[in-house]
Order: sequence, then C-alpha cells, then structure tokens
Amino acid sequence: MAIKDLPREECYIPGSAACPGCPATMAMRTVFKAIGKNMVMIVPACCTAVIESLHPNTSFDIPTMNIAFEAAAAGASGVEAGLRKQGKTDTTVVAWAGDGGTYDIGIQALSGALERQTNFIYICYNNEIYSNTGIQRSGATPYAAWTTTTVGGKTEFRKEMGEIIMSHHIPYAAQTCVSYPEDLYNKVKKAKSIKGSKYIEIMAPCPPGWRFGMERTVEMGTMAVETGAWALYEYENEVVTFNGKSKLILEGKIKRKPIEDWIKYQGRFRHLFIPKKDVEKIKAIENHIDQKWERYRKCYL
Amino acid sequence: MTSVMIDTGNYIAAKAAVMACPDVVAAYPITPQTTLVEGIAKYLHTGEFKGEYICVESEHSAMAACIGASATGIRTFTGTSSHGLLLMHEMLHWAALARLPVIMCNINRVVGPGWNIWADENDSISQRDTGWIQFYCSSNQEIFDTVIQAFKLGEHEQVSLPVMISYNAFILSHTSMPVFVPEQKEVDDFLPKRKAKWKLEVENPITFGNIILPNEYEKVRKEMQDAQNNAKELIPTIAKDWKKRFNRFHGGLLEYYKCDDAEYVLLSMGAIGAESKVAIDNLQKNGYKVGLARVRVIRPFPTEEIIKLSKKADLIVIDRNISVGNEGVLFNEIKGALFGMSDAKVYGFIAGLGGKDVTFGDIEIMCKKAIKGKAKDHQIWYGLEEV
Repeated sequence: MAIKDLPREECYIPGSAACPGCPATMAMRTVFKAIGKNMVMIVPACCTAVIESLHPNTSFDIPTMNIAFEAAAAGASGVEAGLRKQGKTDTTVVAWAGDGGTYDIGIQALSGALERQTNFIYICYNNEIYSNTGIQRSGATPYAAWTTTTVGGKTEFRKEMGEIIMSHHIPYAAQTCVSYPEDLYNKVKKAKSIKGSKYIEIMAPCPPGWRFGMERTVEMGTMAVETGAWALYEYENEVVTFNGKSKLILEGKIKRKPIEDWIKYQGRFRHLFIPKKDVEKIKAIENHIDQKWERYRKCYL
Repeated sequence: MTSVMIDTGNYIAAKAAVMACPDVVAAYPITPQTTLVEGIAKYLHTGEFKGEYICVESEHSAMAACIGASATGIRTFTGTSSHGLLLMHEMLHWAALARLPVIMCNINRVVGPGWNIWADENDSISQRDTGWIQFYCSSNQEIFDTVIQAFKLGEHEQVSLPVMISYNAFILSHTSMPVFVPEQKEVDDFLPKRKAKWKLEVENPITFGNIILPNEYEKVRKEMQDAQNNAKELIPTIAKDWKKRFNRFHGGLLEYYKCDDAEYVLLSMGAIGAESKVAIDNLQKNGYKVGLARVRVIRPFPTEEIIKLSKKADLIVIDRNISVGNEGVLFNEIKGALFGMSDAKVYGFIAGLGGKDVTFGDIEIMCKKAIKGKAKDHQIWYGLEEV
C-alpha cells in the first residue's frame, strides 16, 4: 500500500489544537484511514485530550470518549462489552493513549484488559515524555534525556514495553513509527482484522518535547529507526517479525547508524555535546542499544 | 406471584441486580462485598444473568469499565466496599459528571489501617461530594427493593446520575433474612429499558469529555445539582409506585417511625436505623416521647423534611462515621440544614465506629441522655466520653 493509495476519507477534521509538526495527529490521521468510521475511541489524559479541541467542538469525526489517565484500557473494556451486548460486534474499539498513560499510570488496566483478551486495539503513541503536562520524565524516556523532571538528564534506561506486552501472549502486537505511514497503516489494518487484544505502539517524535524544529518530525522518526533506537516489528501468533530497516539491521544486512546522528539534533540531549562532549554517556546509550539488538537477534532471528 | 427467598444481604442484592437485567457488570472482589459478585457469577453460570460480566483487575477499572459500558447507552451494575470504593473515587466523580447511571452496592466497611472488615460508614460518607445519589438500607428486603428502584431513579431522564446503595458489613451483607421477590415480569413492567441521555454510537460521532472552559463547566455542575433536586422529588414517587405494585414501602428520603406527637426525633441510618426501631418501642413504652426518622438518603440531602421535623421536636443524631477534625457528617449536615430555620436542639452521638456493636440498649441510653438534658451541645463519643 503506497501513501497515494490510502483511503481519501478523513475522520481527522482540520482545525485541531495540536502543535505544528505534531506526530500524534499525523499518526491518528493514518489510523483513522486504516480503521474507517466504524470505530469508537477512548482517550485518557494525554495530548490528544487537547488536540481534539474544545467542548462542544471536536476534531474527530468518530465517537470519542475521554477517560481518566489510568483508565483507557478499562474504559475500552466496558465500551467493548457494551457494544457487544448490543450486537455491534463490527465496530472497532480503540484505546488511544500516550506513553505516560501506557508505560506508567495505565499499565495495570492495560495488563488486565490484555489478560482478559478484550477485543480491542490499544494504541500507544510514544513521544517518550509526559508532553501534555510540560515534558516530564516517563517510563519511556530514554537514558540521558533532559526533561523538566530530569534536569541533568535521565539516569535510568527506558523499559521495554513491547516485551511486557508480548508476555501477555495476545494475538497481535506491533511497533511502528509515524515516519512510515504505510507500515503504520498496514499494521493497524491487520490489527483490525484480528479478534482479541491488539497492541500497537507508534514512535512519535515530539518537536517541543525533544527540542527539535517542527519541520523535522518525520526525519527524527526515521533516524530513531535507522540508529536502532526504535525497532519496527510485528508479533503475531507468538512469532516476531521485524519490518523495514529494522529487519535489515536485525539480519545484519545494514549496520545501524551511530546514535549520535539522531541525538545531536535533539535539544534534550544538548548537554551531551555542550559545553563538552560527554563521550561516556553517549557510549552508554550506544551500548544499551547494542545489548537490545543482541537480545533481539538471540530471540527473534 | 411473589416468592420468598431467605438469604444474606449480598445474595439478595445479587438477585435484585440480576432481575434488573444489567447488560454489563464489571467488578472486583473485596471483603465483605465478595458474596455479591460471587452471586452474580453464579447467576451468569446458570444463565439467569444474561449480561456481560467483566472480572477486572481493580475497583478503579471496575468503575472505568462500567463508565465505558454505560456510555454505550446500556445498563450497568457493580459492587464494592471500603478501600475498593476509595480506589474508585476518581471514577465516581467521572461517572457522575458524565451523567452515567451506573448502579452500585457498597457494603459499608471500616477503612484501614489497621485492617478491619466490620461495619462503619466512613467509606461511603467520604464519597458524598462525588455527585452520586446515596441510599442507606436497614434490611435485606430494603436492599432488594432499593436496588431495583435505584435503576429506575438513576436512569430517569430528569436524573441521569449514578446511584450507590450502601448497607452495613456483615450485619446485613452476611445475615440471612426472608425477602419477598416479585416475578421477573413484574420487575420488567416496573423497570423499562434504559433510554440514554447521550451515548457513543457510530451514527452520531460526538466527542465526550474534552476540554471545557469555566463558564460551560459551571453549568455542568448546576445541572447535576438540579438533577439531584429532581431525585429528591422522584425518590418518594418511585417508592410509592413500588408500594402500589408490591405493597412494600421503606420510606422516601426518610422513614418515619412513631413520630406523631414525638417531642424528640432520633435520626440514624443503616443497621443502626433498624436497631433504633426496637429502642423507640421500648422508650415509648416507658413514656418517652421519642420517634424515629431513619435517614435513607443522604444525597440528595432531605433538608426540607428535616426542617419540618425540627418544628415539632428536638433532634437526636447518631453517626457511624466521623469527619475527623469536625463532627459526624449527619449531625453536621442536619445542623447546617436547620441554620436560621429552626430553634430545635440537636444532640449528636458518634457510635459504632470500627464495627463496634450498637444495640437497641445503647440507643436507648443515648436517647435518654439527650432527653434528660445530660447531653452537651457538642457531639458525644458514645462509650468513650462520659456524658
């Protein structure tokens, strides 16, 4: 599926309150195209609660309910049961949450919903911070990144949500990135066709949060994949398949780019370069990514 | 034809809930609510309960799932207790502000630490500002009748609010009593299908709960207040309709017991409310002119009826709760209701916290202290403070 072949229909209405260059809106537009109008969306506290615009207006042409921060997956469980009871089984229920609402405060409800095999798609758009509240650290924030609550850079590595999800043995999970709309579209489309719990995580570089120019969102996403900081893969029937450039990196057909190529464009890592290059910390990030890929190769190659 | 079922408060509540035909039940177990959700699970197994049963991983998720389900326009039910209710707190506000008539039983239990599973009303009393309608029951029959009436009330187009039905741990939840149970058809006639105020549907893609500016938000709160006031009118109306159909009546906002010619009126709730009737019988037998107004509903608060009572009698209030740093909540709110409206004296007692037994004998002693003028003007901790 090429971009030009994506459905023309738009459920994402112009005039939203998103920042310029917002990856969440780009991703959402593609998700809406992949699922179509027959869906209901549950949104916990996250940027999307602002993006959707002010009551009584909306930027979405699909039924949407806001819910408390930690409650997306539980709320979606209820919506799914309610629709099913009314025989509306062809409607796709989508929980759409940020990384804070997924990795941290919402992980319990998410784990519960996956364990119950709730028939829904949980989508996490991961911008690696609490961006809506003003760029605070989350469980998805990478090592050494500046946030307003890790002023000297984060001292811990991020958790691997994908592996946590896979340990629930749901029928489908995937990692994708906003910079690859075809990949995103295909994965959402596939998730829609599968019954049971589906999880899709979208790497979503945030211009104000990561401190880069709003014109570079797509580039930051591509570089996340090409440096191996992020991987594109699918988990289906217990089997993990890597996609796109991530597949080539996994198979050793291409070498992943040095992490510096990615982080040097992001103000959140500026302290690693100015006033003096912090070789040790950059090396630590590099080593961590190498370890991750070694694990990937051992498990999934 | 009405049948008689002899069972505990929890199983009776489960029976009532199932007869109200909820489409979705989402619940998490907590002592002493457990047998309520087990009861529903049993009815699911036998096919008597035809809805969806979501066994969630926490009470927070139980309420979130009920909210999600209710938002699709259908009928929902859950039950909890104590810490479970407190974990739901955020979602209690959410359900009420979203105007979703989730119906819930709360089995009044002590809040820890230390761990204590006995009766105490601090759990639900501390949720009184969430916008939920709150009932307190004093018998298993009242639990049955109130659960079904609660669906009709909460789902009423002039109300559209969630309803909590509270009853005391063990004293009711685990005590068997005979209860009259109507036929399913009679319940169906009384309780038609829910017509939702708003719902999530593909044909009408609204966005619910997005950012709302101060002027609009204030109107939302005012509408909730209006809905509670509507409930104040509707609770007695629905109770009277139930009486007409089933010949059972537990009162409206208050249940009056031997209040004619009373110079003192005792106000109590829950299981102490039931025990109070025995105390009133004994006191009247001994010449004391004291009656009972058992408080069934604290939200909406029965302000007008309490003022009316105070025109003829002084009031004695027993609280099985304490707003620490102030007073028992019923005592405090009653005085608030009377301010500038009545010169009646109000005597307050705290009794039965932590599940401490409160017998009719204790209640008689409290009433006599008040009547003999030995009670002071501040609230007395019965059994802990010398009167």
